Amino acid sequence: MDIELTDSIEIASSYSRPFLLELYERMVLCRQFEDRVKLLFLEGTMPGTIHQSQGQEASAVGVCAALGQDDYITSTHRPHAHALAKGLTAEEMMLELFGRSTGCCKGKGGSMHIGNMDKGMVPAIAIVGGGIPLATGMALSFKLRQRAQVVACFFGEGASNEGAFHEGVNLASIWSLPVIFVCENNLYGASTAISKTTRVPRVSQRAQSYGIRGETIDGNNVLKVYEAVQRAAEECRSGQGPVLLELLTYRRVGHSRRDPAHYQDKGEQAFWFARDPIEMFRKSILQRGDLTEADLQTIDARVTQTIEDAIAVAREAPFPTADDLTQDVFSMELKS
Amino acid sequence: MKHQSIAEALREAIAEEMERDSDVFCIGEDIGVPGGFGGAFTVTLELEKRFPDRILDTPISELGFIGAAVGAAMMGMRPIADVQYSDFLFLAMDQIANNAAKLRYMSGGTIRIPLVIRAPVGATGRGSQHAQNMERFFIGIPGLKIVAPSNAYDAKGLLKAAVRDDDPVMIFEHKLLYGSKGARAESGTTNASSDIPDEDYVVPLGTASVRREGSDVTVLAWLLMLYESLAAAALVESDISAEVIDVRSLAPFDWKTIGDSIARTGRVVIVEEGPITGSVSAELAAGIMERFPDKLVAPVMRVASADVPAPFSPVLENMYRPDRQRIADALRAIVA
Ligand SMILES: Cc1ncc(C[n+]2csc(CCOP(=O)(O)OP(=O)(O)O)c2C)c(N)n1
Repeated sequence: MDIELTDSIEIASSYSRPFLLELYERMVLCRQFEDRVKLLFLEGTMPGTIHQSQGQEASAVGVCAALGQDDYITSTHRPHAHALAKGLTAEEMMLELFGRSTGCCKGKGGSMHIGNMDKGMVPAIAIVGGGIPLATGMALSFKLRQRAQVVACFFGEGASNEGAFHEGVNLASIWSLPVIFVCENNLYGASTAISKTTRVPRVSQRAQSYGIRGETIDGNNVLKVYEAVQRAAEECRSGQGPVLLELLTYRRVGHSRRDPAHYQDKGEQAFWFARDPIEMFRKSILQRGDLTEADLQTIDARVTQTIEDAIAVAREAPFPTADDLTQDVFSMELKS
Repeated sequence: MKHQSIAEALREAIAEEMERDSDVFCIGEDIGVPGGFGGAFTVTLELEKRFPDRILDTPISELGFIGAAVGAAMMGMRPIADVQYSDFLFLAMDQIANNAAKLRYMSGGTIRIPLVIRAPVGATGRGSQHAQNMERFFIGIPGLKIVAPSNAYDAKGLLKAAVRDDDPVMIFEHKLLYGSKGARAESGTTNASSDIPDEDYVVPLGTASVRREGSDVTVLAWLLMLYESLAAAALVESDISAEVIDVRSLAPFDWKTIGDSIARTGRVVIVEEGPITGSVSAELAAGIMERFPDKLVAPVMRVASADVPAPFSPVLENMYRPDRQRIADALRAIVA
């Protein structure tokens, strides 16, 4: 059951250069987006609260890279990387975070509810565990309509102690639904360590209780994640779902806002910070020989520009108006 | 005598009650993690050092830990359960509504549930799922006592009264009134600190408090809206003498204090943060019309939020949340 966490990534020769660059770019986009948002937040220009995902890029990107355009994800209070990985643009997200009417949720959702159904992302559910039964229901619709789609349902290890997890997974299990339950185990639910909240050493072991397959993966190894989700998606599409994947990872930042994360153990931090998903991937792809430092720097710069452009657009974009306040409550207003 | 914020006064009240009675304990998420937050708004910060066995950090399992608090209370203990945001009470609704509220009645009065539940409310830039004023959903459940302290003095006195009461008491607190400090500080707060006496005191459950005397109109408000109402009363004071009552006890209402005021003013404006339909203000308005029909010289008026989920964008949120200007308009309208 226990897995080895290495600090290098083995890359099969079958992976193409463009694919590897695409993974790299997505992860860098997630990281730079978060770092920039943090600054905007700390300088007080960005409203609301934020939960960031620095350090968890490999799981977001690895999962979404293995999904098709028609497949969906559900997300959590920590949704930025999931969104960028699923193909939302930095611009539509910046607009939303700045509360503008042209944001992906018209400024009504905000950081914790980022999403875009056209791109296969349900607005993030900020109630811990709340997205799990929802994903089960989405998969039920795929099954009843005989579609080949799957839904990847992101949640943290903390969510696996909510009733919603147990009920949602069990339902998906008895109906063999095409859901990949993706538990991003970053070892903490807010400030509380996983060791204090469950006696089961691995979240993936919980799959046994529901008669489904569970697997623990190095969540900082983007290719391991990608391959595991590919396998899981195939199983789901052939009627052998659901699957529970546990991705071991770590957040390099506080839980939210200005949290200094003093509850994280120093030695543990050192171990995980040395296993940064982007750094590991960068080192490994450079060893292949068909990719240079310059290639990656070009990508880094392009991403920086994309984000700065998005911020510039967002700062100038219109705010919602009084009329917008009461729009979108119902699909059809009943006259009263 | 000392001057304290609501967060500090609640912390001290909890500590004093735990000191006084070994049956009192706290239960909730992230409430006592060393290096952590002391609950979402720092109320229990560092209490785990003084009471290592009675500050119980739980997994993210609201139905579970609130149900467990009900069970422990039934056996005679006096739990103080903490949900990080009141929106999460929905997850524990069954245990609160079907067990805590009903066990005494269903047992023919043989069971007591001396339980306290603390829950932060209010729209604060976090979007629709961390913003609701949940008090509305509980006032109609017979068996629950409900209070909402708007300043530190009341917060301490009401919490102590709640702990010593033999029935389930819910305390709704406002995020913008806590005065939380450090990494958990809020922006856009209102100062709700008070002078706190050194000696033990309680504020009796079931009582309202007149915060400003006046003769033309009675304004009923609680939590943040009390401050907006006081500001509105000041805005119109050259023309209108407004009496402002801190309703403070939402179940039961203090009809005596409210009725005495209406007997003098003949007019009522009720102010509430949260959608107008199915609200606390609706119940107050109906109760006033049934109890004091002969005293009213004008129909009761309400200032509340539109019937929409709390929006994220600060622009929309400010339209959603009643403010002094809207309240002042209502005051002018009702005396016109
Ligand atoms: C039902 C519910 N309870 C509590 C919270 C407050 N809260 C937000 S995030 C969080 C921790 C979540 O931990 P986990 O599921 O492991 O996800 P992570 O934050 O690690 O990504 C908590 C307790 C919430 N949003 N919803």
